[in-house]
Amino acid sequence: MQLEQMYQEIILDHYRQPHGAGLRDPFDAETHHVNPTCGDEVTLRVKLDGDGANRTVQDVSYESLGCSISQASTSVLTDLVVGKSVEEAFRILESFQEMAQSRGKIAGDEEVIGDGIAFAGVSKYPARVKCALLGWMAFKDAVARVKEEA
Amino acid sequence: MTTLQTPTAGLDVATIRDDFPILSRTVREGRPLVYLDSGATSQRPRQVLDAERLFLETHNAAVHRGAHQLAEEATDDYEAARSKIAVFTGAEPEELVFTKNATEAINLVAYAMSNSSIRTGLGAESERFAVGPGDEIVVTELEHHANLVPWQELCRRTGATLRWYSVTEDGRIDLDSLELSERTKVVAFAHQSNVLGSLAPVEELVRRAQAVGALTVLDACQSVPHMPVNLTELGVDFAAFSGHKMLGPSGVGVLYGRTELLDAMPPFITGGSMIEMVRMEGSTYAPPPQRFEAGVPMTSQAVGLGAAVDYLSAIGMDAVFAHERELTRVALDTLREVEGVRIIGPDSLEQRGGAVSFVVDGVHAHDVGQVLDDRGIAVRVGHHCAWPLHRRFGIAATVRASFHVYTTVEEVAQLADGVRAAREFFGVA
Repeated sequence: MQLEQMYQEIILDHYRQPHGAGLRDPFDAETHHVNPTCGDEVTLRVKLDGDGANRTVQDVSYESLGCSISQASTSVLTDLVVGKSVEEAFRILESFQEMAQSRGKIAGDEEVIGDGIAFAGVSKYPARVKCALLGWMAFKDAVARVKEEA
Repeated sequence: MTTLQTPTAGLDVATIRDDFPILSRTVREGRPLVYLDSGATSQRPRQVLDAERLFLETHNAAVHRGAHQLAEEATDDYEAARSKIAVFTGAEPEELVFTKNATEAINLVAYAMSNSSIRTGLGAESERFAVGPGDEIVVTELEHHANLVPWQELCRRTGATLRWYSVTEDGRIDLDSLELSERTKVVAFAHQSNVLGSLAPVEELVRRAQAVGALTVLDACQSVPHMPVNLTELGVDFAAFSGHKMLGPSGVGVLYGRTELLDAMPPFITGGSMIEMVRMEGSTYAPPPQRFEAGVPMTSQAVGLGAAVDYLSAIGMDAVFAHERELTRVALDTLREVEGVRIIGPDSLEQRGGAVSFVVDGVHAHDVGQVLDDRGIAVRVGHHCAWPLHRRFGIAATVRASFHVYTTVEEVAQLADGVRAAREFFGVA
């Protein structure tokens, strides 16, 4: 059954109990992203620490309204990037995005994206790829804003 | 217990389905397609596809230009399609303008008003379309973005103010929520909500608009394809609908405008074939509908739409409406029995057409749609281009089932089973 391929247990677990949910202070930048085709929304905050190459992601907090895929992928995002250097976080993001947009061709590297590989099945459904990337793009945008302000 | 065996107004759905090749295909690992998304776009019968092919293989030429035989035949076919659609909607052929789709048709009116509002080099007859600061454009909270954003933009360009009727909890336009005034220049509203299925009180809204001298614009996208509609009897000033929602091709839509209004209205898109006389210093324009059909228009699509109208007329729009009414009854009755389902819109058949939207407690519409898709059931999920309406109900997205002549009672009944499966899958059952 294709449904189980898409909604792997890891995704359902993150959906039922999202990690890092809620908006927290302090934060350096806040973004609000929407999926215009379905109306899903996420408000996401990042708090960075340190300077230059030593800069790390101290916290990612969020509030979202959306389907299981968008909720779970944002939850996975926080697991993967919090505590990492900004550089490393962006490597993970690129790897996740590449898999998500591969139409099922790239399985994803568990070493890099951990639970993120559970979303490989989603990449076969073009209409849902945006759901999987909603929180990630909000994160990318938020970090860019912090950099701009610096 | 819900009865599923009710005959649906004598419509021979099995025979009708044979005309729609796409309905016999399978999806997602060999499941029969259950197409419940006709509100987004309907499927096309062979008769429409054949008409387009016949036109292209035997008569194709640019219409309203050229004097060769093919040009004559193509023009005749194109105009014959317009005449058929006129009979079908109770209008005169000259009152119908072919557009790309309904969205373009509504934009045509909004931009013609915008052009009138600039008041340079236009005759006095265009003054009735001019709006400016202090004037009001009125819409409703349930509009499809196509009948909302063009009016927001008109207001932005002209300084007019957008106001709207709100929507009641049971999905009706709240007529007590707004008073029109002498400043109201336009009242634009959907004949049938594409989300809620509710039918607008057209007569009352037209009466109120006329009482203050405002123009009425009817979004008829969800009514003309599904029920008998006589635009002249409705008394609206303008109306818009799309070919692809009424078993016809995409790339063709229709703007209806009362003769007197189209005569006085300045053009929107300008260029070839909409002119009367062109000099380097300036131009004058053709009478309607040509004034509003600049450039070589879509042709096989218009002919295909004519064939779609023939197809629907042969069935009879009363029978189409009765059929969809029965499908709506089954959808409401079966969904109501599923725990956690909330119908968004009227939960009865009163003043209602066949679009049934709902939410499922604890399961996002996208996820419900995915489970349905896995079973071969195609529905629409999201805000259906009516985002403000969804916000009004405090929800981000709904699942919408919508029907047409080829939809069977059995298909509609599968919907509720699919929703039950979704609840189980996501652990809320």
